[in-house]
Amino acid sequence: MNRKHIDEIEKQMKLANEGLPEEERKFFADVIPTRVDPFNKYWEQFLNWARSRSLWMLAFGTGCGSTELRPLMTSRFDMARFGIFPRPTPRQASVFVVGGYASIKTIKRIIRSYEQMQGPKYVIALGSCTINGGMYYDSYNTINRLDYYIPVDVYIAGCMPRPEALIAGFNRLKEKIVAGECEGMNEYTDKFDWFKKNQKEIIKDWNMPDYNW
Amino acid sequence: MSIWTKVLYAFVSVSVATVYGLTLSGIVRKLYARVHGRFGPPVWQPFLDIIQTYSRRVAVSHGNMFFLGPVFRLAGGLGTYLFIPVIFGSALFSNFSMAGDLLLVMYFVFFGQLGMALGAGQGGHPYSPLGIARGLSQMSAFEVPFSLAVIAVAIQYNSLNITSIVAAQQGGFMHWTLLTNPLAVIAAMISMLGMNMHAPFSIVLAPQEIPIGPPVEMNSSFLSLLQTNRGLFAAAKLVLFMNLFFGGATTLVEMILKTFFIYMFSVFVGAAYPRFRPEQSFRFFLKWPAFIGVLSIIYITYLGGAS
Repeated sequence: MNRKHIDEIEKQMKLANEGLPEEERKFFADVIPTRVDPFNKYWEQFLNWARSRSLWMLAFGTGCGSTELRPLMTSRFDMARFGIFPRPTPRQASVFVVGGYASIKTIKRIIRSYEQMQGPKYVIALGSCTINGGMYYDSYNTINRLDYYIPVDVYIAGCMPRPEALIAGFNRLKEKIVAGECEGMNEYTDKFDWFKKNQKEIIKDWNMPDYNW
Repeated sequence: MSIWTKVLYAFVSVSVATVYGLTLSGIVRKLYARVHGRFGPPVWQPFLDIIQTYSRRVAVSHGNMFFLGPVFRLAGGLGTYLFIPVIFGSALFSNFSMAGDLLLVMYFVFFGQLGMALGAGQGGHPYSPLGIARGLSQMSAFEVPFSLAVIAVAIQYNSLNITSIVAAQQGGFMHWTLLTNPLAVIAAMISMLGMNMHAPFSIVLAPQEIPIGPPVEMNSSFLSLLQTNRGLFAAAKLVLFMNLFFGGATTLVEMILKTFFIYMFSVFVGAAYPRFRPEQSFRFFLKWPAFIGVLSIIYITYLGGAS
């Protein structure tokens, strides 16, 4: 394989970042994310046990469903006793709670925040709007199915789901993590092109990097 | 004693201090939860958090200084702890105490924050420098009463060696600095409120104002280093205060009891008060606590406080 071929492959591995002006491109990632496999079996089982007992939730109110997160955080339902804590920055969070309907403006932020989270990362989609659009199913500016855009681990149905339902959803997520079924991070990298195609179809003014690492 | 035995002992002592500091922070979280009327997380939650952050599969670094920031922070914690004799008269817990270690420890208490400031600044997030500006300003402010109190103690015992300061306080609680030089202890305890960063001085790691503050870009294993240091550093600071002002400790149980109650002082204040604004916090330390610190030196030097 000569130099020309290597350059060609490297070019294919790189992201186009088309919406960005030329002088800003060097500030952003242009490498396609790669798969990171789990550790050896028993070590991974131990780590999954710890991860399921320390869920750091990205406290970002994406829709009206995040109203239900406040009683969950405070003394009535107290999620801290289950090892769930709000974390104000995506860099440190491990669970992304998408709170209800996602308008096209918000889905852009949801994608950016999701990509900035460090894996393994989990997504809980809350409310009927994230499953099939709910009462906004024919709206011109909301999405109908969230898992076309980011991988979702647990759906919580209802409009609005009560905090009890949320706790049940978190417990379901914990069971899935312990069983090693939450590989959304790798699903996203494996089907990266498909997710990006869907995202770019819905977001017309794409003026951000293709991957926010 | 050979240097290798000392290193082995230091390793044991650092592990004990880290576990103790992390357990203490778990207890504090539980206590705050009870004050809020909640059950709160289990006491061992800090350990699970460390395993969880350490077990992330990817980590984003923003450059060399970003990489070194948490390392400096941990070096600050280790340096502080390793030069303080933890248990008076115990070979296992005497660490590397030597002549003049008080000055070294005073330096190490602030070394970690400076390193962290350089590291977090490279993260590029606007909240990092904001948190650092608050942290360093508050640090310079509470350093004034704390340094004055330490100077008063050094004058009182004619020594800069922590071991000999502890030795001078042995023989009953009437010999503690708490009773022989109460003004210095008051100034130092108020500055400890700022050092432990519970409310009303929780302006650096303020999730509601500047999401998390300096470590906002720290992720994965960077964050788990910082969390480990938080446990170790908390224990180191408490042991320093116990040695300087509360007569040190001769057994492990005595050490745990004393440091626990010293820490509870700042926790109770934190549970009872809301947060200051940054400028209120800086001004607070430079007024009464600094004045009390000056008074303690005057008392010990001119009014016959020195024994």
